[in-house]
Amino acid sequence: MVEQKLRATLITGRTIEQGVGKELGKGSVEYYDSCAVCFFDKSDMQKIGIKNGSTVKVTSKYGSVIVKAQRYPWGTNPGMVFIPCGSWANCITGDETFSMGMPLFKGFPVEVESAPNQPVLTLDELLLKQFGRNSL
Amino acid sequence: MTEILIKNGFVVDPLNKINCEKMDIAIKNGKVVAKVNEKNAQVIDAAGLTVMAGGVDIHSHVAGAEVNMGRMIRPEDHYKDPVRKTALTRCGTGYSIPSTFVTGYRYSEMGYTSVFNGSVAALKAKHAHEELNDIPLMDKATYILTGDWWFVLENLAKGDVDECARLVAWLMRATKGYAIKIVNPGGLESWGFGRNVHSIDDPVPNFGITPREIMRGLIKVNKKLNMPHTIHLHTNNLGVPGNYQTTLDTMKAFEDLSTDGKPVAHITHIQFASFKGENWGKFKSGAEEIAKYMNAHNHMTLDMGQVTFSDTTTMTADGPFEFSLYELGGHNKWVNSDVETESSGGIIPFHYKKNSPVNALQWSIGLEIALLIKDPWKIFMTTDHPNGGPFYDYPKVLAWLYSKKAREATLKKCHKSAKKKSLLPSIDRELSLYEIAIMTRAGTAKALGLPDKGHLGVGADADVAIFNINPETLDISQKFRTARKAFANAAYTIKDGTIVVKDGQVVNSQIPGRTFWVDAETKDPCKIDDEMKRKFRDYWTIEFENYPVTDHYVKVSDRLERKASV
Amino acid sequence: MSKIINNVVCPICGCLCDDLEVTVKNNEIVKMKNGCAVCEAKMVHGYKSEERILKPMIRKNGKLEPVSMDEAVKKAAQILTDAKYPLLFGWSSTVNEAQRIGVELAEELGSALDNCCSVCHGPSVMATQEVGIPAATLGQIRHRADLIVYWACNPWTSHPRHVERYTAFTDGRFEGSEWKSYMNKMKASASRKKMDIASKRIEREEAQINPQVEVNGPPPQTLQKPGRKMIVVDVRKTMSAEAADYFMQIEPNRDYDVIEALRCIVQDQELDVEKVGGVPVEYLREVADAMMKCEFGVIYFGLGMTQSLGRFRNIEVAIALARDLNRKTKFIISPMRGHFNVTGANQVFAWQTGYPYAIDFSQGYPQFNPGENTAVDLLKREDNDATLVISADPGAHFPSVVMKNMMKHPLITINPDMNAISRLGDVVFPTQWCGIEYVGTAYRMDSVPITLKKVVEAPPGVLTDEELLSKILAEVREIKKKRGLPVGLTEQKIVHTEPIEPPRVCPAPVTKPKPKKVVKKKKEAA
Repeated sequence: MVEQKLRATLITGRTIEQGVGKELGKGSVEYYDSCAVCFFDKSDMQKIGIKNGSTVKVTSKYGSVIVKAQRYPWGTNPGMVFIPCGSWANCITGDETFSMGMPLFKGFPVEVESAPNQPVLTLDELLLKQFGRNSL
Repeated sequence: MTEILIKNGFVVDPLNKINCEKMDIAIKNGKVVAKVNEKNAQVIDAAGLTVMAGGVDIHSHVAGAEVNMGRMIRPEDHYKDPVRKTALTRCGTGYSIPSTFVTGYRYSEMGYTSVFNGSVAALKAKHAHEELNDIPLMDKATYILTGDWWFVLENLAKGDVDECARLVAWLMRATKGYAIKIVNPGGLESWGFGRNVHSIDDPVPNFGITPREIMRGLIKVNKKLNMPHTIHLHTNNLGVPGNYQTTLDTMKAFEDLSTDGKPVAHITHIQFASFKGENWGKFKSGAEEIAKYMNAHNHMTLDMGQVTFSDTTTMTADGPFEFSLYELGGHNKWVNSDVETESSGGIIPFHYKKNSPVNALQWSIGLEIALLIKDPWKIFMTTDHPNGGPFYDYPKVLAWLYSKKAREATLKKCHKSAKKKSLLPSIDRELSLYEIAIMTRAGTAKALGLPDKGHLGVGADADVAIFNINPETLDISQKFRTARKAFANAAYTIKDGTIVVKDGQVVNSQIPGRTFWVDAETKDPCKIDDEMKRKFRDYWTIEFENYPVTDHYVKVSDRLERKASV
Repeated sequence: MSKIINNVVCPICGCLCDDLEVTVKNNEIVKMKNGCAVCEAKMVHGYKSEERILKPMIRKNGKLEPVSMDEAVKKAAQILTDAKYPLLFGWSSTVNEAQRIGVELAEELGSALDNCCSVCHGPSVMATQEVGIPAATLGQIRHRADLIVYWACNPWTSHPRHVERYTAFTDGRFEGSEWKSYMNKMKASASRKKMDIASKRIEREEAQINPQVEVNGPPPQTLQKPGRKMIVVDVRKTMSAEAADYFMQIEPNRDYDVIEALRCIVQDQELDVEKVGGVPVEYLREVADAMMKCEFGVIYFGLGMTQSLGRFRNIEVAIALARDLNRKTKFIISPMRGHFNVTGANQVFAWQTGYPYAIDFSQGYPQFNPGENTAVDLLKREDNDATLVISADPGAHFPSVVMKNMMKHPLITINPDMNAISRLGDVVFPTQWCGIEYVGTAYRMDSVPITLKKVVEAPPGVLTDEELLSKILAEVREIKKKRGLPVGLTEQKIVHTEPIEPPRVCPAPVTKPKPKKVVKKKKEAA
């Protein structure tokens, strides 16, 4: 039975691909490919009927973003989704710092739904959408 | 360059045997000269003022990884002492570990012009130099922790003093260091696995050597390299009740090494190493024994490490000591910072209180030793900043030394058990300005081997401190507060021939000061071959080429070249 | 003509590996040996990519247009002096020499000054200010540690050479590398997987999907044996976890609970629950046992702790655990600092002002208040009315919700390449790559200072961070002077105090033989 929405806990953080991508340049294909993704447990993917490479919409209290879905390669973590840190992840991270200077980057609830045919924006498109400007 | 003429001051210059004589001091091109043309010179009317050489602090933790970690973990220490930016000076903070600029300003305001940094691990020496560069108005240098450097341990265990000397010469050059510092020899290596050594004959695990052998070996190395200073030693068992015995053992172990009657070692912050009694409950002063020994022997110099009753921060390379201090309880912040292959370290904020029997007696011990040792050329005034108290408590320490009245006023407020145990009531000695000058500049400059510091003879560096003290009219032992105030706010401080402080205020912050370092030239350099580099790679986590402090880390370099005998 | 440069330092992560072998041909790096994948990406490709900025730019009518350096500097200084309360943020990927000028600029402007530490290990600094920290340099771990715990971090991706250079897979004086046993384990598990797949083919069964949270097995017996052991604790399995002797998976945001439980066990207190943070207490007991029985243990913790619920309290309790363990054995705990010189930023700020980050100069003296003066909080409250970002990319790494506030006011950026924040800037400066195009100092994660090397020449007209900031500072002082405001003194060039009248004769010879004193002429420190 395919559900509409997956409620999950979001973790953002580094991946080696993101590390390589950021050093190659924030406008690089490698950066885009490594950061505009969301990792799922296999069971969660089945729950909302998505496959490797499907586009999904991840929504938090602070915003939403379209990214590509990927299966998390290590272990099983149902109920947890992971987006590599970068411009895409930060569309949905929060400004709550609990007066410690550190905003919400890890361990807060999000909702994920399948978003077929919706485009995954490039960095410049994303910046234009979020802040109304870019370098172009 | 400006010429300065200091007229009619009471000059106190023990190295030249001048005691409160009314005379003029002429300055030109950053040096003391025989005379200057009065018409062109800036004249300072020093009538009724005391003129001394700029202060030389022989042991103070002002820069380096340990000091900065202390700054970082103590915001509460800085909150109570913010320092505003002015048109002349940078802003910053105190209190017990002031920021670098503030350190320079405050030393200068007390008439100090040189400071020698207590200890630095060689691996982090670049850090210390970066900070020293940001301390204005002061000449400076740093001691390098050598006692537990693996190459030293290995070569001394083998008995190869010459090779050890060559390596130490390389180390001093590579770190731009000034002297061999030894902290709890063998103890720091043992602390790598959480252990310690407890006497100078305890074996150091894995290295087959004892603290005695390390210290004696490094004294020989020091001599072979013809270093300007002796070894600078922080003894084993520091801060442990009953440790005066270890200290005496240590001093006795060096007796035969002094051949020409000159000192071979400097024991720093002796107060922390002069405890008697089996435990803290039976804590007593070992000052008498230490002073008695010192009065009978000439092969050592000491500095006080005086406690000043303030909320301060203890920091030392003696990691095991700081852990035992933490274990005593009552302390929440404990920093340990081991450095691979060479050292350890620790920090604990500490509030010395008059109503603590131990702290109050510690205060007494420091003063007892300083007063019971008859020759002021053997013991110098320090607080082991910031361990016993911050350096700007120096005027307080001086007051206790030159005024029995000042001592009594403080002792009155101390814990009754300390009052009972203290030897101070039986000591009447009050230091003269001459003796104070020895303990704060002449003696330290001599012990450090600096021919141009600590005196005002022709050719000396033009580092001068002028205090608002008239020896003819002011009885400093009675009016100790007036004199204390004068020592806290120099009427003038002159650094390298430029007036930098006037009436206790910085008027010129742009004199950077020099960094002294020792370049001991050995007959054969130590072998730096591929084998050595491979060893280096095994021992440290950085490459051999990236270990040395390169020239650009020293803003104004002053290299002291020495001819070594190996 | 190509030349090989040895012992080059990698300016990327807090490991600051200094053993790179770089081949340079025609002023371009063409090959790099010893570095990790991320290092290769930057040193061989990234630094010279199309994204490199070569000329200063100013946004005019919404578009970035190239301008002269002077114009850009004037504009930036104008923005900073016009602002009532600017924020200077970044500093983690530049060298100490530039950070020093940064503090002076902040002081001159009376601005806020913060570094990337506030969004990575700021909570670790706060925790250290609460309880201290028993730390050690990385070599100490290499030589001595027989228990290595990575808590809430994934060194394999964020510090790729940490394990091989400093911890489990390196040979120290007293402890050996576990690389071989890891390889054996990997081989064994690969053949096991092959067997599994083969057997499934035969049985023609679908592999079952486990919908529950994975229950970890108990720690293996090997944790009690001599030799190096590596434990990974995380909320998700990672490559690092795969390499570990034991992986303990805990529920998100429960680090505090699990560490506190470990502390209870270490202190011999009863735990009246079955599970903590998803981990059965008997497993925790075995982990605690391994911690108490080791000769030398270490916990490295990462952003999983500082960014999870509890923030600095997580670190505080972890430090307390390490402290407790020091009563039983030797135990060290250290943060896995991210950017290559974020530690240096803390150090420079601390020695110049007394505080490591989150500093406010608006009162004429430094004030420290994380949670108030930290960049994200300032932006959230919209306190600052101009921003200068240097060597950092909050455009990609701050939550968009706060970035929107930053974009309401003028933004100056100083970065070598077009990262997200440079794409958003009003005044965009180019700068040289430190550690590739100019020399400077950086502090490794364990506060060991290392000098970054220069291996190629920078493109013409592009300044170093230090030069650029000095220019801006001078211009700011110029503008303030014109407005009749008091300004600080510019640091003077060093005039060496050379003895003019040799030889010097001391009236009272202090030491004999008198040392020959040679004053070395020095160029002004770069």
